[in-house]
Amino acid sequence: MSVLPWPVADADTQDYWDAIAERRFLIQRCRSCRRYQYYPRSVCTACTSTDLELVASQGRGTIYSYTVSRRAAHPDMAERVPYVVALIDLAEGPRMLANLVGVDPENVTIGADVAVTFLQAAEGILLPAFEIVASQPAQNSNQEETDV
Amino acid sequence: MDRRPVIVGAADYPLINGQVSPGVTPLQMQAACAVKALGQAGLTLADVDGLATAGAWNPTGAGQHITMTVGEYLGIQPRYVDSTNIGGSSFEAHVAHAAMALEAGYCDVVLITFASTQRSARSRGLGGRSPELNMQFETPTGMLSPVGGYALAANRYAHLYGDIRQPLAEIAVAARGWAGLNPAATKRDPITVDDVLDSPMLSDPLRLLDCCLVTDGGAALVMTTAERARDMDHPGIRVAGFGEAQTHWTMTSMPDVTVTPAAQSGPRALAAAGISIDEIDVFQVYDSFTITVLLTLEALGVCGPGEGRDFLASHDIGPGGDFPLNTSGGGLSYLHPGMFGIFLLTEACAQLWGEAGARQVPGARTSLVNGTGGALSSTATCVLVRD
Repeated sequence: MSVLPWPVADADTQDYWDAIAERRFLIQRCRSCRRYQYYPRSVCTACTSTDLELVASQGRGTIYSYTVSRRAAHPDMAERVPYVVALIDLAEGPRMLANLVGVDPENVTIGADVAVTFLQAAEGILLPAFEIVASQPAQNSNQEETDV
Repeated sequence: MDRRPVIVGAADYPLINGQVSPGVTPLQMQAACAVKALGQAGLTLADVDGLATAGAWNPTGAGQHITMTVGEYLGIQPRYVDSTNIGGSSFEAHVAHAAMALEAGYCDVVLITFASTQRSARSRGLGGRSPELNMQFETPTGMLSPVGGYALAANRYAHLYGDIRQPLAEIAVAARGWAGLNPAATKRDPITVDDVLDSPMLSDPLRLLDCCLVTDGGAALVMTTAERARDMDHPGIRVAGFGEAQTHWTMTSMPDVTVTPAAQSGPRALAAAGISIDEIDVFQVYDSFTITVLLTLEALGVCGPGEGRDFLASHDIGPGGDFPLNTSGGGLSYLHPGMFGIFLLTEACAQLWGEAGARQVPGARTSLVNGTGGALSSTATCVLVRD
């Protein structure tokens, strides 16, 4: 039980969080059926394969929904109140939850295009986050990614 | 031998301002409710051979084995145990599982209990779960828990179908109206739509009065077979059908945040009962938040997707209305000790026994009870019939 709200990495997720710490946003892909899934885990929930890899994500997506936290979930987040928490539909397909940064909470719209950035949430804690960007078509999600 | 499952006892623990007296423990509360519910059926603890319970009150370690803790305290050595914990919907699942066990002849009398002193213990916060395993991808965002997940659903719903501030507020107002008729309710003073819309915003678009209360609370149910119930004073309420469904744990994995698992569990329960949704006299639908009710009515098929706003505008869910819903005042105004599912069941029984006092729905013979747990993660639906 962690009293801090920051990610507790494990054998499934250590590589993912290590990359985040280097400002690289990776997504897990199944080597067998080529589907993407979020978050990283030890089995492909689509085809039951255990042959999975982390690949570079386009880091692009759209806002599926969002909410604005008017109170801090943890004292370490108090300075950011009010802050936006959004469900992002990634260009690769999966959905993830992340903070939306650099935007007035009153100006967030569902469907807006977003790009990944990184939030310095606390000393030594980097989290993937998103910012709204000018609308532009996402790249084809079936293209081959560069392995990392 | 008629082994069809029936409920023959139901009791809630009395609170004062949503709290128990200082020092009262969850075990005492469950014992008091068990004694009362068994007494209604003319039974004693010695008759109980099945035990189901869920909760978060016990200390870590040995106390995590909750059926053993409660069973020992009550002197029960059950042959059937169920510690299913799927959040607020646990108790509808307990009823479903007990129904199968009773019908199969696996046991004869099942006691279902719950208690929590979360308010007295001040154990409740908005900070979410420990950021480990699945939650390492949710808790670090500072999404308020659990309200934030429901807020994500509400905002998506409004994006698809239009403004829902008014209908959500009306759900809270109706709950308070019912609570005004329930002497046991924690919050009984009437409120208006403006009161809801003027209450502090917690997680857009959900405000303080869109949220359930934080109280203590306890309850118990007793189930047996129709055969055994024949000799009892309290007429058995038949568990005519049930269904369960679970779709996710973190909001990231909810397939469509506007469709709760009740879209699966509800139709399963109704089909098993051979009853259509139009034949239900009184609805008990988990109201952790106002949005939970709106989404659940659609999921159950009371109205179609996106039609909840129009349904609530053209039907009255409050006292004296044409669509009685959450007649105890619900989690929004009666009580909410972390898990409300058992109180949906005890209120449904009170209505079907005709024992609901000033809030009695005249002639109620059928009730649909839908528990929801987690962040719209799990549901269990029971269809109850007074033959």
